[in-house]
Amino acid sequence: MNLETLPLQLRNAIVDLFPPALQWFVHHLLTITVILTVFGLFFAFTTIAERKLLARLQNRLGPNRAGLPWFPKLKLWGITQPFADAIKAITKEDIVPAAADKVLHFLAPVLIVAFSLLGFAVLPFGRNLIPVELDAALLYFFAAGAATELAIFMAGWGSRNKYSLLAAMRALAQLISYELPLILSVVPVVMVCGTLSTKAIAAAQGGWTFGLLPHWHVFTPWGFAAFIIFLIATLAESNRSPFDLPEAESELIAGHLTEYSGFKYALFFMAEYFGLTALSGLGVTLFLGGWQAPCEFLQFIPSYLWFMIKLVGMIVFFIWVRGTLLRLRIDQLTRLSWKFLVPLALLNLGNGAFWALTPDWTGPLVLARWAISAAIVVVPFVLLGRRLTAGQAPRSYRYA
Amino acid sequence: MLGSGILKGLAVTAKNFVGSYHNPARMVTQEYPDVQPQLPANYRNFPFLVTENATDPMGTMRCVACQICEKECPPQCIYIEKSKDKKPDANGKLQLYPAVFDIDTAVCMSCQLCVEVCPFDAIKMDHVFAIAATNRFSGLLLNREELAKPNTYFHEIRPDEAAEVDGRLAAERAAAEEKAKAAAAAKATAATATKPATGGAAAP
Repeated sequence: MNLETLPLQLRNAIVDLFPPALQWFVHHLLTITVILTVFGLFFAFTTIAERKLLARLQNRLGPNRAGLPWFPKLKLWGITQPFADAIKAITKEDIVPAAADKVLHFLAPVLIVAFSLLGFAVLPFGRNLIPVELDAALLYFFAAGAATELAIFMAGWGSRNKYSLLAAMRALAQLISYELPLILSVVPVVMVCGTLSTKAIAAAQGGWTFGLLPHWHVFTPWGFAAFIIFLIATLAESNRSPFDLPEAESELIAGHLTEYSGFKYALFFMAEYFGLTALSGLGVTLFLGGWQAPCEFLQFIPSYLWFMIKLVGMIVFFIWVRGTLLRLRIDQLTRLSWKFLVPLALLNLGNGAFWALTPDWTGPLVLARWAISAAIVVVPFVLLGRRLTAGQAPRSYRYA
Repeated sequence: MLGSGILKGLAVTAKNFVGSYHNPARMVTQEYPDVQPQLPANYRNFPFLVTENATDPMGTMRCVACQICEKECPPQCIYIEKSKDKKPDANGKLQLYPAVFDIDTAVCMSCQLCVEVCPFDAIKMDHVFAIAATNRFSGLLLNREELAKPNTYFHEIRPDEAAEVDGRLAAERAAAEEKAKAAAAAKATAATATKPATGGAAAP
């Protein structure tokens, strides 16, 4: 029994039960079912993990009441909370405003879940586990991810509510602002690896120095800078704190979700988490070595488990950030993107080009290669940071 | 440097996370239905009527239906009807008692003014906060049977104040007894003093 190829063997065993003409269909149907089940459950437990972790980050207990329906004594630390939430969401009344555009109002939550699920198709979950092998996987991923903006605007427009519309416009401004640094931060990876295929990019990060130090992109100067920009842009792309302006309760009620209730609201919620998970999975693939083990001797753990461990790590980091940082203002948000992240990402593009041109530097030149690459990252960061914060910090509060 | 504030913030929340698992002092949450809250003695919610003993609450109520609290109550949630007859109070003096004493807890604003103005220490603020009713009119209107609680309960929830009240009432009672004794003695002496006079008057 080989754990590494176990999922593939299982899939082949099931597919072989069907006549050859149907096999391609069953093969894809099975993949879709597995992704929906695994990431549906992953979403459920992300919500409870998020609530628990956020609570602990703020010295609270978090939800710990939900047990099993027939055993009220058994509390299970509240881990069955998401199922209770799901039942609640399904049984709630589905309210559609009288003035709403009924078709768009209905289509928006459906489409946003569909679009946010598309990204999973090209993520290499393991050494041999990739739903669809595309040569232009990265292009496909970002095209599918950008389509969610359409669904958000449909929700805002279709609700015919001023808060929804304002929030949808904010969401568009935010998503378009951060689409640029997100994609610019990925381009150096494409340049260095020379491919758009996520499978090849994950494979390119294999190997270890002394069997301990992995050759992941995040451990190079350009990769580190790109990873940080990618993280910030991911936070903004998935509408998460500190970039959760479209859902700023204090200003816009619930943003484009204002007129949604019951299961449609849950679908938006789900799509947000699917989007975050898919982008985190992409970050793992591009910068954290994908399914590669961090040390040579840890390869006995199957590659898909390594992928999931890294994915959970990314999600936990995002929850940690949410529990720490405050929401930005819309002008601060766009300034951070256009004046800071985009220039840094553009410079990092040159950095990636330099790295791609100098793979054959040897001996002391290796040190020079690392020093130059690090300088291209650190010097603009410090200078730009000083220049941008010149009039801004430390802040004085006139009314506080 | 730019971003150092974010790192400091992340360190603070990480400390919270780790500390919340091994430092109980950080966790302020009380798991309410399982762990009952420790209310401070001066916590107040709705008023109750103090009775001298638990076996006969209606017969030993301190309230004498003077209606000061009814008139003083800002949201006017107290309704009192005086009794037709009189009963001896704690000091043995014949007093009226409330035939009807209602408090509408839906209206009560827990201001404690009724307690401040009561000259008989008959009405005090309770600690019970978990009240719920299925009918918002009759369920939240408490009558005198529901309001009456024995003095021992008052000692349980506010020991200091209850001891002070008991001391004061005992002193008043002693003073009243002194006074009654003195009055009885004066009456007796007056009776002995007047007896010979009347006897003398009758003798001739």
